[in-house]
Amino acid sequence: MWTWFYKLASPPYVYGVAAAFVPWLLGFAALAIGYGLVAGLGIAPPDYQQGEAFRMIYVHVPSALLSLTVYTVMAVASGIALIWRIKVGHAVAAASAPIGASFAILALITGSLWGKPMWGTYWAWDPRLTSELILLFLYVGVMSLRSAFEDPLRGDRAAALLAVVGVVNVPIVHFSVVWWNSLHQGATIVKLGAPSMPGSMLWPLLSMWLGFMLFFGAVLCMRLQAEVLNRERQASWVQEAIK
Amino acid sequence: MTSDFWSMGGYARYVWPCYGIAAAVLVWNLWAAGRYLAAAKLRAARALAMASSEAR
Repeated sequence: MWTWFYKLASPPYVYGVAAAFVPWLLGFAALAIGYGLVAGLGIAPPDYQQGEAFRMIYVHVPSALLSLTVYTVMAVASGIALIWRIKVGHAVAAASAPIGASFAILALITGSLWGKPMWGTYWAWDPRLTSELILLFLYVGVMSLRSAFEDPLRGDRAAALLAVVGVVNVPIVHFSVVWWNSLHQGATIVKLGAPSMPGSMLWPLLSMWLGFMLFFGAVLCMRLQAEVLNRERQASWVQEAIK
Repeated sequence: MTSDFWSMGGYARYVWPCYGIAAAVLVWNLWAAGRYLAAAKLRAARALAMASSEAR
């Protein structure tokens, strides 16, 4: 177990593993998203209150969950990089940020498209919506901080520090619907007890969620290879790797 | 496909843009990551070529 952990700190090993994983992750992501689309758009029955509009959850929920998961991955990688001075940690964090930001934007846009017919407004300064917007700002802040320094090492450290401090926002986004009086509905899947949804609606959602996670894995592996290369340009293993 | 499916019970103008933007975000992620990786490989190859020509 520990030898594997040590191997993960080695840039050439990480580069090779990431390159090998990409096609598999993309293939399984396509299968899961394909099933989710067919079953979510074609097979699941309309909601008894929201009608066909509820079908937007099949992209909104996975993207919102992913925006939180990616932030957590980024913060953990940054913490590891800061504590143990492992460069690959910074590479993972740098690779995660743009992906997470794009899914936070997707969650906000799809949420507002759902909000218009259901709440009567595209946007409200609601605790859930506001904390998700802050999550997007944190992603943007982490990315700009990294590129704001001439010395890449200092940029990595500053960005890692912000990522770790900002992780406090992740539980705030998740529990905002419980802690405050929110327009947004409560948890349906990620909660204690059984999900409050019938199987015909739930399976496509779980499949889309899995598909989005696998897709994130694939894109992360692609960006991670680039980040490792950018940090290791002078290393002897690079010549073999980029052939 | 029936027109019922495309009309989404009157919510078509919210549901389809929602899926369209999701598709755009997925495609952008793949495209941007691919381009970023290709650029990193090119830079690394150039750095290696420079190093070997200096060594000569």
